[in-house]
Amino acid sequence: MIRSATLICGFLVSPVWAGEIWVTNEKDDTVSIISTETLEVIQTYPTGERPRGITFSKDYSVVYICASDSDAVQVMDPNTGEILHDLPSGEDPEQFVLHPNDRHLYIANEDDAITTVVDTETRRVIAQIDVGVEPEGMAVSPDGKIAITTSETTNMAHWIDTETQELFANTLVDSRPRHAEFVAEGTQLWVSSEIGGTITIFDVADQSEIGKIDFEVQGVHPDRVQPVGFEFTADEKTAFVALGPSNHVAVVNAETFEVEDYILVGRRVWHMDFNGDKTQLFTTNGVSGDVTVIDVASRTAVKTIKVGRFPWGAAYRPTE
Amino acid sequence: MSGYVTALIAIVTREALRFVHQRERFVAALVRPLVWLLVFAAGFRAALGLSIIPPYQTYITYETYIVPGLCGMILLFNGMQSSLSLIYDREMGAMKLLLTSPLPRWWLLMCKLLGATAISILQVYAFLAIAAAFGIVMPAMGYVAVLPALVVAGLMLGSLGLLLSSFIKQLENFAGVMNFVIFPMFFLSSALYPLWKMAESSELLHDICAVNPFTHAVELIRFALYLQLNGAALGWTVLAAGLFTTGALWGYSPEGTGIRRKS
Repeated sequence: MIRSATLICGFLVSPVWAGEIWVTNEKDDTVSIISTETLEVIQTYPTGERPRGITFSKDYSVVYICASDSDAVQVMDPNTGEILHDLPSGEDPEQFVLHPNDRHLYIANEDDAITTVVDTETRRVIAQIDVGVEPEGMAVSPDGKIAITTSETTNMAHWIDTETQELFANTLVDSRPRHAEFVAEGTQLWVSSEIGGTITIFDVADQSEIGKIDFEVQGVHPDRVQPVGFEFTADEKTAFVALGPSNHVAVVNAETFEVEDYILVGRRVWHMDFNGDKTQLFTTNGVSGDVTVIDVASRTAVKTIKVGRFPWGAAYRPTE
Repeated sequence: MSGYVTALIAIVTREALRFVHQRERFVAALVRPLVWLLVFAAGFRAALGLSIIPPYQTYITYETYIVPGLCGMILLFNGMQSSLSLIYDREMGAMKLLLTSPLPRWWLLMCKLLGATAISILQVYAFLAIAAAFGIVMPAMGYVAVLPALVVAGLMLGSLGLLLSSFIKQLENFAGVMNFVIFPMFFLSSALYPLWKMAESSELLHDICAVNPFTHAVELIRFALYLQLNGAALGWTVLAAGLFTTGALWGYSPEGTGIRRKS
């Protein structure tokens, strides 16, 4: 066995903002917490069954976790890992988004074809909205007026008026939409389609399609190029798109909608989140059970960190 | 002392001139690893599978994996080429001229070894530059850190060439070196596949690869490119270099099987 000794630490990542990346491990029923300074797992907490979506409250005092097979959204104290209580989420909650009011959670209930709106303070369901089959992707506009649910089987983005909690538009996208995000101050909506292999961009004003992004990874069969989660850099000029079993993350120019680069990461890359100053991107690689750290400036993968089995969602929390 | 330096300069200059005058040799030395890098590796992108092994911190493409092995390949072929030139010198009589020098033979052979290694390292850097132009880049400081590793690996493989040349009497026999030394050394190493991959197919194959000094030369280069020192690989490479050099000195000594001084 070849043994090694580090001569010079070649690792050049030195985040200015101390923080943690929380990663849900779908098959381990845990969350792994990675220090953005040391890039090591510093803590693992147990959760309900099959944790997937994860997000923090605005003040980072609690973390919400979709425990899909426990049919609950769990509210955890991030300082202790203690589950404080469960929220009524409807069946099989997969993804959710926290409204800018920091109070209403919009939850996609995959098995029930509904979007459940839960008040995190009263812990009560305030609305259930019928959407397409197998809802998954969730987004809310920066002004909080529009929520989006994408349905995997109906292949639609459903536009919800958050005042009336009713649908006001449905737009077709390519096969199996997985993730949605508002950008450009809420004037654009991006929706990724896993099987379609595309990202569709809509003008929010009239819900018309204004662009589509295709992906092509050299040496990878097109069937394996499946866009899922994506995130934007601080200036929103660049998008990083997880391409599932192609094991690559695409770097997209968000102004021209052209793919500029592909970065090799772990197997079945799914979702991602940035560190505090958005200099590092952490991607969850489901099949290989790890998280790859991408240096945003150089667009290179710098380290891959083992976490639990089938990491799914990722969320950042500052610690200072 | 000046005689030693004069001999060193003369022999290294001769090596350099010979190299400069044989441009096709330079091109050939680069084409070989580049074909592996740009043709073979492209076809085998997915063959390696995905696994993170030291010194890598994350997933890498196959092209990135085989770069250190191909650096080793350049050193290996050049080491052998150097031995070929010694045989040529012997046949042409130039070696007799060299060995009639009053300086000790070990010094003359060391000069020859150092000259050949320096030429090899130049070729390795040319290869690394072309690889970088194709987007296969290492950490910036790795290109500096790899220099001592290339020197050690180059000396080891050069001394192997010297050792072989002391036993090969005719140019025609050099084909045997290709079949019985270069190919087994290259293929039975970690140059093309990591050792764990070898172990998957055969434990015996893995064990052979693990004792092959070329494996350790490649790993020494691989770790150095990523600013790390692989102590075990360094130890093995230095040990092999010592053994080969001793053997070569014996081979070229009047008691050995090399050219004898006339008494």
